[in-house]
Amino acid sequence: MFGHSFRHKDTLAGIVFVLFGTLAFLIAQRYPAGTLLDMGPGYFPRALSALLVLLGLGIMARGLRTGGAALATWAFRPLLILTLSMVLFGLLVERIGLVPAMVILIFTSSAAGREFRLREVAVLTALMCLFSVAVFVWGLGMHFPLFAWGF
Amino acid sequence: MELLNNLSLGFGVALTLGNIGYCFIGVLLGTLIGVLPGIGPLVTISMLLPITFGMPPVSALIMLAGIYYGAQYGGSTAAILVNLPGEVSSSVTCLDGYQMARRGKAGYALATAALASVIAGFIGTLAIATLAKPLSAWAIEFGAEDYFGLMVMGLVSATVLSNGDLAKSLGMVMFGLLLGLIGTDVNSGIERFTFNVPELADGIGFSILAVGLFAMPEVVSNLGQKETREVFTAKISGVMMSWAEFKAILPPSLRGTTVGGLFGMLPGVGPTVSAFAAYMVEKKVSKDPARFGLGAVEGVAAPEAANNAASQTTFIPTLTLGIPGSATMALIFGALVMYGVQPGPTVMVRDPQLFWGVVASMFVGNVMLVALNLPLVGVWVRLLTVPYRWLFPCIIMFCAFGNYTVNSSVVDVYVCAAIGVLGYVMAQLDCPPAPMVLGYVLGPQMEEYMRRALLLSGGDSMVFLRSPLSLFFLVVAALLLISMSIPAIRRKKHIVYEEKSEAEAKA
Repeated sequence: MFGHSFRHKDTLAGIVFVLFGTLAFLIAQRYPAGTLLDMGPGYFPRALSALLVLLGLGIMARGLRTGGAALATWAFRPLLILTLSMVLFGLLVERIGLVPAMVILIFTSSAAGREFRLREVAVLTALMCLFSVAVFVWGLGMHFPLFAWGF
Repeated sequence: MELLNNLSLGFGVALTLGNIGYCFIGVLLGTLIGVLPGIGPLVTISMLLPITFGMPPVSALIMLAGIYYGAQYGGSTAAILVNLPGEVSSSVTCLDGYQMARRGKAGYALATAALASVIAGFIGTLAIATLAKPLSAWAIEFGAEDYFGLMVMGLVSATVLSNGDLAKSLGMVMFGLLLGLIGTDVNSGIERFTFNVPELADGIGFSILAVGLFAMPEVVSNLGQKETREVFTAKISGVMMSWAEFKAILPPSLRGTTVGGLFGMLPGVGPTVSAFAAYMVEKKVSKDPARFGLGAVEGVAAPEAANNAASQTTFIPTLTLGIPGSATMALIFGALVMYGVQPGPTVMVRDPQLFWGVVASMFVGNVMLVALNLPLVGVWVRLLTVPYRWLFPCIIMFCAFGNYTVNSSVVDVYVCAAIGVLGYVMAQLDCPPAPMVLGYVLGPQMEEYMRRALLLSGGDSMVFLRSPLSLFFLVVAALLLISMSIPAIRRKKHIVYEEKSEAEAKA
């Protein structure tokens, strides 16, 4: 019964709130709280995170009691691919230059879709590279190394 | 008379060549994304935030506003021709608009949507111009405790009225408030919640949070669904309407404008609910309600007028009281804060050019929209067939690269990816992202006003209840919370949303 409840939105949402609230509350212990007259940097975060934990517990209790709505299916594949492609872009952009990193970004993120048509992706990549270089580098005058192969 | 002076000041700003250009880019992009399925104003505005940081605030705001109300126009095109709302707020237009198109009256339906929208746009903008001044005049003498109370009320009202579970929305507000505290504390210089990452010393950038919460989860959940679309390809004729046809749509447009204009000012209501309410009103007023759903022109005119009027008047609480009433307004609000403009009662005094410039630009933008939408409808129809697999890699590229350009920092890209995952998880758990953004934007200010109020009062926490204004705001906030906990009212709210989703399902 208990394991079943964890598949409900309310229970899980409550757990997420409690986790983040507890984490924030623990971290906030390192900042001086001060007094009401002279609030320190720890005062507001402590109050907030305590409230968040309480609220999270309430939502969790409601979920365990009533069940609440069941979870929708997760789109794990797109989530994983898109997140990884952004991280990859971050890892590469300063090492191999903007244009190659962007090519890799668009190719990898396209793989998250249902269909991957090589020719379409290639055209799309060329257009987007041209567009972003035109807008950001030539238009707004930002300076990025477009190509850099030094690893 | 003062109104005319103010408006002429505004037009002086809005009619410079550069700002006309930004207004045009805004409404063009707005129409485009309104037509394109799967990409809305929230995603677009968050994607474009990094670009706007290099622009003067007034130009940026003119462009962002143009995207917002332009999207309402474009959304109706898709609703009428494809029976798929380009924007959620156009879902009501599907009901009768698509039926008109199937009966060979696509041109009349499109023209009705455009004209009703422009009528509403003009009246809505006039409403902003006339109502904003008195609303913000009394708000100038605020003390620190009053601002604190106002922010509490704003956060509470936006959560209470938004389409989501009350407890979860409140949780998201607090989560957002905590996220807003990341970075260096201005009073003590202590870095909070930065995990010793130097890039976090200035906090999480607003555009990073916006992209992570709105763009990424949207793309992921779109990819998780099957793409089904049936494009209505019949030839469109008759976009010019006769005088008799115009007379038929004028009264419903005006009624729709009234409903939408009033609803739009309430925080958390916004264009979608307004359009739905206007449709209901039309059905009640009509002598022959049976025609609705079978191609009644009033069923297009009223909701289209309503969602446009509402999208204009939602600017009133944002710009005058500093309370963003909807998710998009929260984005625009956050953008203003990033530009160094404090939205709220002082905007009109401190930045009259910004305020009146944006108001005047809405007149300009509404005229541009009619010109863009009616003669060019053929172009937009063709855009309806653009597959999502071309769009989403571009969105992701904008998310990653756009946020990288702000500080040339790869850490920003990682943080954005992480918030994207968080945003998707929260969306799956039915926790709405808009309250989180509101909390994030207001967090640092709330803390600051609370500190200041307590310092000035000598540490007396009763100060918030002693100031009449602050007391008023807090009482309103409490009443809203209590009223939403009473089952009868909660059920009523659910009925409104259920009927709305029924309407969407029917569409």
